[in-house]
Amino acid sequence: MTTFTDTALTSLQLLTQFDPLLWSIVGRSLWVSVLATVLACSLGLVLGAWLGVSRFAGRDVLLTVLNTLLALPSVVVGLLIYLLLSRTGPLGHLGWLFSLKAMVLAQAVLVLPVVTALTRQCVEDAERNHGEQLQSLGAKPWLRSVLLAWDERYALLTVLIAAFGRAISEVGAVMVVGGNIEGFTRVMTTAIALETSKGDLPLALALGFVLMSVVLLLNACISALRRWRQRTDGAGSEPVQGVLA
Amino acid sequence: MTTDVRDALHLRDVSVQFNTHLALHGVNLHIKAGERVALVGANGSGKSTLLRVAHGLLKVSAGQVSEASDVKQAMVFQRPHMLRTSALRFVALGLWLQGTAWREAHARAMHALERVGLQDMAERSARTLSGGQQQRLALARAWGLQPNFVLLDEPTSSFDTKAKREVERLLAEWVAASHVSLLFSSHNLGQVKRLATRVIYLEAGRVLADLPVEEFFNQPLGESHPEAHLFLKGELG
Repeated sequence: MTTFTDTALTSLQLLTQFDPLLWSIVGRSLWVSVLATVLACSLGLVLGAWLGVSRFAGRDVLLTVLNTLLALPSVVVGLLIYLLLSRTGPLGHLGWLFSLKAMVLAQAVLVLPVVTALTRQCVEDAERNHGEQLQSLGAKPWLRSVLLAWDERYALLTVLIAAFGRAISEVGAVMVVGGNIEGFTRVMTTAIALETSKGDLPLALALGFVLMSVVLLLNACISALRRWRQRTDGAGSEPVQGVLA
Repeated sequence: MTTDVRDALHLRDVSVQFNTHLALHGVNLHIKAGERVALVGANGSGKSTLLRVAHGLLKVSAGQVSEASDVKQAMVFQRPHMLRTSALRFVALGLWLQGTAWREAHARAMHALERVGLQDMAERSARTLSGGQQQRLALARAWGLQPNFVLLDEPTSSFDTKAKREVERLLAEWVAASHVSLLFSSHNLGQVKRLATRVIYLEAGRVLADLPVEEFFNQPLGESHPEAHLFLKGELG
């Protein structure tokens, strides 16, 4: 118990004294995860909205694959990206392996199915309610997907927050493709894993506090958004609940 | 699609099948410009399917649907689902989707809102309006499109008496002011008497009666069709 208390106090000191090592890791984590989320959302929102409205042969198979990808183990993603980016891999010439770019790519690949699947669900539910009316007014599927995605913008904002939460709390893939190089590719989750194994518990715990705070803040944002929507819109579809890993 | 100039809308031997269920079976229907036709029948008789086929929202499994080249349709649905926008923009969006410039769409939308008495609600979120107001908004959107053929799927079925009367009054005004054709489904036989000039009775996807409104309510349809008899007595919703 004394060890835990000492560790907690030392970690709080690191946080309050703005330990440069700790905050550089935090900054790097946020940067990688924000970029990965932007990348995944720019593709996932469009793809999800389109899937929510369009009907074509093989759609059910595609949705099954998409839903399966939701449970994709992060180390498997890391391994695949590693193979792609390794010197003998098809994208080896980019020289991205063990760089922040590789970590962004890995997190984006991991988050893309989350964004796509949740967006698809939101837009499909909206299509069920509004699709016929928009169709009656002459809106083609691509225009309906845009209009319905815009109509569900608050729910999609929740998707975006959830995606960021998934990205920042991920450890396996960034460990494999980033290499956890100090001062270069070390992020919060990989640093926690390493420092714990080394026995430097205060730094690991301090990073744990920050990570938990980020996830807590994201969930608070989701709750605030839901309450605000209920106030401004009256009755409406509920936003996608937080799925922060 | 071939066009029969005598009819605003013409359905020829139309059948619609959903998996194994035959929702419409060999329906023939001619609607002339200015006619006000009510579709009546029990739940599941094919009224909504027929309206959707007539509006082009559903493909037919067999048969043919044709309309005159000058027909401009608008449809009002049973439940007016509101988009997350203001009442004014909700109406303007309909016009914009039909090719009207956004600025002009706004002006015409405001005029449409005035027509249904919702001009003071123009900037309010459409979703915060009452059910009756939302249906008036849906009417405003349809009216704003300036159609000459309006389809309505049980437009008042989910509202209280006051809202029902208000929507019905607006419809009657609309019909009186323009030579608009109406094709609407309703369970409200009083409303059918007040609004329709012709009644089509559907049962299990088939047209069992197609009569002028007076004849429909006066002739003993029920003797040959017990289900129709129950429907007219109000015992079959």
